[in-house]
Amino acid sequence: MSSLAGLLGQPFLRYAFVAGAAIAAASGLTGYFVVLRSQVFTGDALSHVAVTGALAALAAGANLLVGLYGACILVALAMAALGHRGQADDTVIGSVFAWILGLGALFLSIYTTSAPNGTSGVNVLFGTIFGLSANQAVADSVIAACVCAALIIIARPLLFATIDEAVASARRVPVRMLGTVFLGLVGVTAAAATQAVGALLLLGLLAAPAGAAQRLTARPFRGLWLSAAIAIFSVWAGLVIAYAAPKIPPSFGILAVATAVYLIAIACTVNGRRA
Amino acid sequence: MSGATLTGTGLSWDIAADLRQLLQFPFMVNALRAGTIVAVAAGALGWFMVLRRQSFAGHTLAIVSFPGAAGAILAGFSAIIGYFAASVGAALVIAALPRSIGGRARSSESAIIGTIQAFALACGALFVSLYGGFLNGLTGLLFGSFLGISDSQVLALLSVAAAALAVLALIARPLFFATVDPDVAAARGVPVRLLGVVFLILLGCAAAEVSQITGALLVFALLVMPPATAQQITARPMVSFALTIGLGLITVWLGLAAAYFSVYPVGFFVTTFGFAWYVLAAALRAFLGTGRHPAAAVPG
Repeated sequence: MSSLAGLLGQPFLRYAFVAGAAIAAASGLTGYFVVLRSQVFTGDALSHVAVTGALAALAAGANLLVGLYGACILVALAMAALGHRGQADDTVIGSVFAWILGLGALFLSIYTTSAPNGTSGVNVLFGTIFGLSANQAVADSVIAACVCAALIIIARPLLFATIDEAVASARRVPVRMLGTVFLGLVGVTAAAATQAVGALLLLGLLAAPAGAAQRLTARPFRGLWLSAAIAIFSVWAGLVIAYAAPKIPPSFGILAVATAVYLIAIACTVNGRRA
Repeated sequence: MSGATLTGTGLSWDIAADLRQLLQFPFMVNALRAGTIVAVAAGALGWFMVLRRQSFAGHTLAIVSFPGAAGAILAGFSAIIGYFAASVGAALVIAALPRSIGGRARSSESAIIGTIQAFALACGALFVSLYGGFLNGLTGLLFGSFLGISDSQVLALLSVAAAALAVLALIARPLFFATVDPDVAAARGVPVRLLGVVFLILLGCAAAEVSQITGALLVFALLVMPPATAQQITARPMVSFALTIGLGLITVWLGLAAAYFSVYPVGFFVTTFGFAWYVLAAALRAFLGTGRHPAAAVPG
């Protein structure tokens, strides 16, 4: 217990725990719908956009957050505007995002030539949750909490629209608008999560808790809460692991716990048993 | 990455002189050799991958090669062993996983693939962190580098590509059948499931090869973009297959040349050229009218 007190005595760890929990809750909630709506590939694409947006801002000497949030939200809305056709075609998404990531490589190279010792480029890719300042931690927590609140508000109609789109639109649920708002929320989550686990790994925070929750329960709202809980648990457990073993980057700890939970969920339900 | 500073002279309008300059260094010749091998292998397997709608799986196989290479370097092996071991291993995992857990909806399968992908990247980050002081190598592994490809590496790429293409040639016809109409193929006694597994392994080999040129994150440039472009242009399988290989070769050659004459990374140029063909083809198709090119008839 004394080590736990020591853990929370460090300001940077307190920030990491608070901001990490908020970001994890947002990722778990949005991730549940991402998996349910079969938009994992879209989440993957957004993680690539996050890399390029942040690196572009760094290369231009601007604030990293502007590029991060700007790029993620814009692209999420653009993808929503393309509608179902755009969503279904993995090839188009893949081609566009490979190119966007190629641009990211260009910006990274520009940035590393202009600031040879800057590690921000690598931090964008793999996250720096232990490096959050007090202001950043507060900003991230507030943004993530807003995402959670917005998602909880639209959860019921969004679920309806996801499970039976035709009936939902016949019942005058604004299916298209919900899809757009949802992708916008995913974009914000992706941008917030980039700081915690890094752009390349945020897909795991979206997909693993949600996948585990879907295996454990077929009831949507229980699954939604479970997904958020697993995400928060993964982040906290990952942070403790990274604190206990300083050689291990926190992002790896978080992803390792999330993956382990998913594996356990698969193992528990392999016979088709579900709670 | 800067070729121009090595030679002292930059790009001129004299194409013959530019080419001579390009080929005067052994490292550049090796890069072009490796790029050619990789483009052919990636085009052939990518064509089937796009047709089979396994882009997400292909992407994951490519990304897995990053922790493979980083782990191999950390353990003191050659990176090339890590690339192939990790990608082929992940191919086996993906081939084994989805159906063994009950063949539920695709959403569950993609959640698994996404988790594998993120976890693989996290492992890569761990290996890099454990290795320490490896930052330049890191961007090379992720975003590609064409410097320092040795003769033995070219030989390894060539033998793996030759083996993969030979197997692909053997199974091409039943694989095409199984891809276009799996139900009828299964009814006719084609081993659809086995073909799928073999194909994923071959795809893993191709992804590992491409990773070594474009970096693990940009494999799509050679694996998806050329076949996607070719399938925009024509719906006839043989024509689009040949076109895919051609586009892949042009993309790699131009990308390597551009990277040589500029200070920017090869991954950027390869993805940009690949994407440019794709956009051109899509624009051309829209301009000519979609009716004349029934690409919609091809599943992909």
